[in-house]
Amino acid sequence: MKHNENSNTLNTVSPFWNGLFHVIFTLYSLACIIPLLLVIGVSFTDEKTVVTSGYNFIPKVFSLEAYKWVVKSGDAIVRAYGLSIMITIVGTILSVSIIAMFAYVISRKDFKYRNTFSFIVFFTMIFNGGLVPWYMVYTNFLHINDTLLAYIIPSLVNAWYVMIMRTFFQTNVPDSIIESAKIDGAGEFRTFIQIVIPLAKPGLATIALFQTLGFWNDWYLPLMLIENAKLYNLQYILYKTLTAIQYLATASNMTQGTAEILAKLPSETARMAMCVLAIGPIILAYPFFQKYFVKGLTVGAVKG
Amino acid sequence: MESSLTTKRGKALKSVHKHGFLYELKKNKVLFLMMLPALAVILVNNYLPMAGVLIAFKNFKYFGRNFFENFFKSKWVGLENFEFFTATPDAFTITRNTLLYNLAFIVIGLVISVFFAIILNEIKGKYTSKFYQASMFLPYFMSWIVVSYLVFALLSEEQGFVNKSLLPMLGVSADALPTWYGDPGKWPIILTLVNTWKFTGYNCVVYVAAIAGIDQEYYEAATVDGASRFYQIRKITIPLLTPLMVILTLLAVGRVFYSDFGLFFSVTRNVGTLFETIGVIDTYVYNALRNLNDVGMASAAGLYQSLCGFILVLSSNLIVRKIDPDKALF
Repeated sequence: MKHNENSNTLNTVSPFWNGLFHVIFTLYSLACIIPLLLVIGVSFTDEKTVVTSGYNFIPKVFSLEAYKWVVKSGDAIVRAYGLSIMITIVGTILSVSIIAMFAYVISRKDFKYRNTFSFIVFFTMIFNGGLVPWYMVYTNFLHINDTLLAYIIPSLVNAWYVMIMRTFFQTNVPDSIIESAKIDGAGEFRTFIQIVIPLAKPGLATIALFQTLGFWNDWYLPLMLIENAKLYNLQYILYKTLTAIQYLATASNMTQGTAEILAKLPSETARMAMCVLAIGPIILAYPFFQKYFVKGLTVGAVKG
Repeated sequence: MESSLTTKRGKALKSVHKHGFLYELKKNKVLFLMMLPALAVILVNNYLPMAGVLIAFKNFKYFGRNFFENFFKSKWVGLENFEFFTATPDAFTITRNTLLYNLAFIVIGLVISVFFAIILNEIKGKYTSKFYQASMFLPYFMSWIVVSYLVFALLSEEQGFVNKSLLPMLGVSADALPTWYGDPGKWPIILTLVNTWKFTGYNCVVYVAAIAGIDQEYYEAATVDGASRFYQIRKITIPLLTPLMVILTLLAVGRVFYSDFGLFFSVTRNVGTLFETIGVIDTYVYNALRNLNDVGMASAAGLYQSLCGFILVLSSNLIVRKIDPDKALF
């Protein structure tokens, strides 16, 4: 209605209220962005300035030392960055394939046990065994703690995404297409790959984005399952550094004594630089992310 | 789902019904194979732990690397773990915190996201409103670790912006500066602010979509009758959003025994002295398991949470189904 130029003024709020609403939103938007600017500001400040005058938005003395240190001396950080990228890519591809295959089968109306298998997945949304047995399964039974599998396996299947995908297949892939593919002699799997997948691309993209974000931002699984410092991902190194700033010293591969490293270490600014590097990819992909997320959330609101 | 079956296929299905599971398995080999990876993952990740809740009734000790060895060698102790757990004052503290925080998050989250969705719909300027939505969504994309850094950059006692720049600028003397990470009284407010900040953009989207779906004829008719825009919001927008608000709230109530681990664990930096106001069931279970190595206590608290959560989800879903069967989870 607001785009209708001929509409009565009763159909819009008065300029005063419109202005006030803009003020409210401007303030709130700033509140969302400003803390990030603080971290970015600190990461570009000279270390000594930070120590004497505290964190500030605008660097009093500009410096790139923190980033230089991260790239040069923070072997562990560079490795963690690579690990995070790899886990995110592999995890997302595996997860989307597994979810799509399962969701497709339970979306098929001619599959007799679709309700049983839907329920098997769905039940995990309403009841879980809790942290302790879960932890025991991975550390005491499967023994995949301290391996890269620990980053991926627990996050592969998410009941909510399965349900979203099932709804998506039900509403976007007509039965008649599947049937005609069968009549043409295509096997089930070929039908799925060549006919169903292309039709479901938008849904798959949404799930892929959710999972990309999940894998990239994950720090809970390493907290629970990873002890070996060589296997830390970026978020987990960030977490370690937040609780103990000295951690950065052990993360660097220098051979001198820890005290010496600590003295040279731009610890305050370096950890903020790491934080910026962790959000960097998300900010770059942001317009893309936001579009599909909003779409995905509205898809998810439609129940199958 | 059932209703959409055509009669023709319905008949076809009935003839198949005579055959059992093995017949289906043979006929739809490929379909079953396609389900296999996901089934394997949820078996390991969800169903084995469900069976594992029995740990809560054992005095669980590590005898070796093998779970079954540890499980069978550990003694059954009945409800002893639960008795220990409920005898500690912590049981009350963490239940109270978990419930109160969730209630605060639900109420504040509802009011703010509906308010923002409504006024976002009213403002003129397509690009500005896109910009507002994008910035509100930003916190949602950050990990709790990054959020913890932002909070730390503001509140750190040594270098934090608030204590080093903002408060001194406002004339607060150096010895009157608050110690944020040392004062339990401040955290209910900080955590509520942080949580609202992180999720408002996300929650808002659903309501924005719902408002966009309202039939414009209602507003046109109201305009003809001379109703002002605010009157329209009160009498059309809000009433039409109410069912959605009720349903989303009930679904959230079903989850009040669970809390966001990252918010309570990482943003607070899990500082022990803050326990009184930041301890929730999820962080308690983690600390008992990983820091105190008290498997019995941790699993008892965990099962307590799972059972309470299960009952609440079932009952809130029952109510949702009475209001609108389409919106119910099951």
